[in-house]
Amino acid sequence: MHRKLTTFIRIIRNGTINFVRNLSLAAAAIAVMTVTLTIILFSLIVNATFSNTINQITSKIDISVYLNSSITTQQVNNLMSELKNLPNVRKVDYISQNQALADYKTENSSNKSLLQALSVIGTNPLPASIEISPVNPDKIQTIKNFLDEPQNITLQDPQAGTSYSGDEKAAIDKIAHATDIIREAGVVAVIVFACISALIIFNTIRMTIFNRREEINIMRLLGANSWYIKGPFIVESAFYGVISAFISIFIIDVLFAGSASALQASSLGLLDIGYANHDFRTHFWILLTIQLAIGILIGAASAVIATRRYLKLKTSR
Amino acid sequence: MIVLDRVTKIYNHKTGPVLSRVTLHIKPKEFVIVVGQSGAGKTTLLRLLTREEKPSSGKIIVGGIDFDKLNDKDIPILRRKIGVVFQDFKLLNNRTVFENIAFALEIVGASKKEIQKTVPKVLEIVNLKGKEKRMPLELSGGETQRVAIARAIVRQPKILVADEPTGNLDPKHAWDVIKVLEKINRFGTTVLLTTHNVTIVNKLKRRVVTLEHGKIISDRANAEYKI
Repeated sequence: MHRKLTTFIRIIRNGTINFVRNLSLAAAAIAVMTVTLTIILFSLIVNATFSNTINQITSKIDISVYLNSSITTQQVNNLMSELKNLPNVRKVDYISQNQALADYKTENSSNKSLLQALSVIGTNPLPASIEISPVNPDKIQTIKNFLDEPQNITLQDPQAGTSYSGDEKAAIDKIAHATDIIREAGVVAVIVFACISALIIFNTIRMTIFNRREEINIMRLLGANSWYIKGPFIVESAFYGVISAFISIFIIDVLFAGSASALQASSLGLLDIGYANHDFRTHFWILLTIQLAIGILIGAASAVIATRRYLKLKTSR
Repeated sequence: MIVLDRVTKIYNHKTGPVLSRVTLHIKPKEFVIVVGQSGAGKTTLLRLLTREEKPSSGKIIVGGIDFDKLNDKDIPILRRKIGVVFQDFKLLNNRTVFENIAFALEIVGASKKEIQKTVPKVLEIVNLKGKEKRMPLELSGGETQRVAIARAIVRQPKILVADEPTGNLDPKHAWDVIKVLEKINRFGTTVLLTTHNVTIVNKLKRRVVTLEHGKIISDRANAEYKI
């Protein structure tokens, strides 16, 4: 047990020494690994930001049913309880005529002439309404079908009818579509760059093995087991991952800090930079852990394959 | 300790076998010299014992390990049982004498304390006390050879195999090296030595196995070298 621990420590130590000695050789591997990890990190944040944007818009989607002025309180309550029982309904709110007028006035408080016009009319021209928030905006049609039933149509204001927030639905579809594309592009880019990283690490290890062939051969002849020989290479490559993870998180940090303060308007097209920056900072440690894990995984896995491929540990026939 | 039974090694069918049906039994604590011209198959014989090469046919058992049942992953276990002195030393030129010898112990997981205790003892056996911090390239041929021997015996193997350890040495240094090997043999280690140095063979008066064109042509105790 003690020997195994000593050996393990020695493998780590030898890997560290090799890493420091090979730093110039490792530069290419670290650079491309950094690109890979940066793309992964960026994709993660963009995804979270888009989800947030979609959620925000989704929560604003609702259906307003404008009610006939002759409707009784009993009828309103019946309609509301029936609506609440529909599967896709999250929330049902009643907005009285007075409430509607008050909301309208606050929304248009800056428009003096409009407010004047209202006071000239004297009566309240706005109908009472029921606001329905759906659970899933995609399945809004079921609620619409219910409202279109004849006994429900008669309860509605014939002029105003029902508003379905059609434009907002289209916006959501667009963002969802954009998110999918970015997600797919991100996955493809990550795979491509992860492969390039692996290939460069292969090559780096191959060169190191060539440089140290004498030492490796002696180790082999003196009875070192294969892990004692392979181990340092794996440790060394894992270091590439660690260094790259720190560089990539630093790049993203500088990028977001810079763009968030430079672009005072916090939205850049669909991407909400302000939120992205916030998301990055609140999840900093988790993201760093993910980066380290992926970096170490790519490095170590490449090294395992490369040593299996290039270290000739078998006896010739 | 070492058993070879009708061992044949063929690298290239056109040039014929390098070793042909070699049968050899070496008992524990024996001191055996394998002699023969260059190309007689001495080095191949030793490379078979350390499993650097696989025989084309025949059976080999070393230190109780039957090579027919030896997996590639268990080769280190075999190599840890045998101390090998290579013809070309195989020392690491960027490490000191001490580090080179410690290297053999590091590989098997010896602690730093163990290394600090064992290496000086071995250096004393091979008469290299005080040269711990030298680099291999600063040493004479005989000294370098003795570092190689020190590394081979530092793990106290039951078997020591030395391939032409006197090959490049003048007679005085060659004899120093041989004396070290005799000392190790007295401690109970089986020694297998290859050489083509007639003087040494005749002076040692030990068991001599003569190889010619890959075949054993004589195997005699207390023998002299005759060509």
